[in-house]
Amino acid sequence: MANRSVWSDNRFWQRSAAWVTGFAAILLIWLTFDTSMQISMGSDEDLKNGVTKRVPGPTVINYKITYEMDAKRGHEVPVIGEKELFFGRDDWSEEEAGALLHLGKLGSQAKNCMNCHTLLGNGAYYAPDLTKAWLDPAWGPEGSLQAMTGKPTKEEAMAEFLQHPSQYPTHERMMPNLGITAEEAKGLVAFLKHMSSIDTNGFPRNFGKIKGAVHGK
Amino acid sequence: MASSTLNESKQLATWYFTFAFILFGAQLLFGLVAAIQYVMPGFLFEILDFSVARTLHINALVVWMVFAMFGSVYWLLPDETGIDTVGIKIGKLLYWIFVAAIAVVVLVYIFVQVGPADETTIWFIMEGREYIEAPRWADFGIVVVALGFVANLFLTGIKGKQTGIVTVLMADMIAFAGLYLAGMFFTDNISVDQYWWWWVIHLWVEATWEVFVGAIAAYGLITMIGAHRKVVEMWLWIEVAMLFGSGILGMGHHYFWIGTPEYWWEIGALFSALEPLPLVAMFVHVLYDWGKTQGAEMNAEHTDEDSVRSVIQNKPAFTWFVFNAFGNFLGAGVWGFFHTLPQVNLYTHGTQFTSAHGHLAFFGAYATILIGMMYIAVQGKNNIKVMNNTKSSIWAVSLIVGGVMGMTVALTIAGYVQVLVSRAQMGATWAGYFDGQAGMWFAQGMDWRLIMGVVTFLGFLLLAKDLLTTGKNPVHER
Repeated sequence: MANRSVWSDNRFWQRSAAWVTGFAAILLIWLTFDTSMQISMGSDEDLKNGVTKRVPGPTVINYKITYEMDAKRGHEVPVIGEKELFFGRDDWSEEEAGALLHLGKLGSQAKNCMNCHTLLGNGAYYAPDLTKAWLDPAWGPEGSLQAMTGKPTKEEAMAEFLQHPSQYPTHERMMPNLGITAEEAKGLVAFLKHMSSIDTNGFPRNFGKIKGAVHGK
Repeated sequence: MASSTLNESKQLATWYFTFAFILFGAQLLFGLVAAIQYVMPGFLFEILDFSVARTLHINALVVWMVFAMFGSVYWLLPDETGIDTVGIKIGKLLYWIFVAAIAVVVLVYIFVQVGPADETTIWFIMEGREYIEAPRWADFGIVVVALGFVANLFLTGIKGKQTGIVTVLMADMIAFAGLYLAGMFFTDNISVDQYWWWWVIHLWVEATWEVFVGAIAAYGLITMIGAHRKVVEMWLWIEVAMLFGSGILGMGHHYFWIGTPEYWWEIGALFSALEPLPLVAMFVHVLYDWGKTQGAEMNAEHTDEDSVRSVIQNKPAFTWFVFNAFGNFLGAGVWGFFHTLPQVNLYTHGTQFTSAHGHLAFFGAYATILIGMMYIAVQGKNNIKVMNNTKSSIWAVSLIVGGVMGMTVALTIAGYVQVLVSRAQMGATWAGYFDGQAGMWFAQGMDWRLIMGVVTFLGFLLLAKDLLTTGKNPVHER
């Protein structure tokens, strides 16, 4: 026993494994509490008072969203600007906007968007990332996609495309028809607009360099 | 299927391995469909779209691995504990429930595909969350089966001899089953959704599954080359400390861009950068123990080189275990480290780079060792003392390893194009995305991925042939 070293003692390593695992797990749980508070959805009050939330409330659909370089943080952040019409209204109540977002989020899962697209960068890589799709210049007033659908606004163009994707082939690789109804399409566009307002620490990078997305002009 | 020489736990293990292998084939087939669609986008358009093929590809992957993991535990439990598995009848019943549930889920994926945007779709068709798409009813089924499996393991471990390997598996499998619960809810907040989604995906694949592999490797070294249990189990505890110590907080590398606070940059970068270390340790461990045991054999009472025997009792299984040690380090460790720092991940996140890493990591870390366990089961079922390689075993492992490496390299090159064109230059817009996809290097990368996918599939066919026939082959010592 005299020449036995602790370094070759199984009990020592077993206890070390238990302590290390326990410590890491407790740290993760503690950080989870903090993160959960920081990513809880904001409210209509927050938006009205200009309180910045990492994940704004559903009524963010009543506002113009842009993606701008923040000098202090060194990357682009979503900026919530003045009021903006969304499907002809800028007075969606918290309940109405919440219901629309709920429908859209459910739709995004029911239609399995994530197994072609990435959302917040996670998913499949067969189709464009949707994180900031709402801010994509292609869907803007001078964008080719909006022009293709012949609709007067970005949200109507997106909703039209979602309902009849194979009528608007942009590339050889097309989006299939998923039986999305007019109401579901509206929800999905609200979901996309809301997602673009989430503070993703500057992901995707350089999105703001593209003409049309900078300062929303 | 019934074999009179196997005890019930090992018999159940062979059932699990059989169904796992069928799902492995399904994974490769639907992977080929998806790979063809990258090259020929019109293939099965609006019949079996990419989203459906990919759902099946990754779900078959996860489920076959879970099946083979359960099978591995049922296989080693009588050896480790020295007693028959407690409650094995329930285990067998749950197996059939599990198989039936999966058959229904797969048929619904293929024939129903999507549903209306309401709760019924989430409950009965699909949840639309990558890797854990299974509808909610199936989630409950999975929880019941997993609880039964954990009960088998715990009751047997407590009643029988509780070795270090069994202790690690008990702690690991209860975490593995429990973590699934984190993926069973719906929220409108996509940041909260993805936060908990990673609790399932990351803490499975980069923590509990890796520890499982450590335990299986330990069992394999003891049974296949007669490595010293005390040494092997000491390594195992060190690996558990390193894997959980880096892997649990390494989860931060999934929290860089999903709306979560900036502090995850530092936590994720630091701990995930440490994640390859235990994989290096596991690699060293396997080769070290092999060399040590073989060296002891060579020093013992041999006068000439020719009488030195290999210490390996199961050559094809050991081949797969060595590829596991190497593939885990290369696929999970090196390919993972490539893009784990936030400065790099900002550009690589959500590109084919991730896909390259995913292919080599799932294969290297898990598929290899689970195929090795299948060979161990073939050996045990056929009462083989020393199992040798056949031509098919060698061709199968060569084609599969070569095919997966080829796919990984092809996807890595495609990923570079995406990073440079779609991300750095074009800023991830719709137009930028398609510019990247149209790049010559990207398109050729996808062609090569398909070719290498076919190579992998040919290897799979040979592997199937070998696993089915090698048991009766006269090349083995009985």
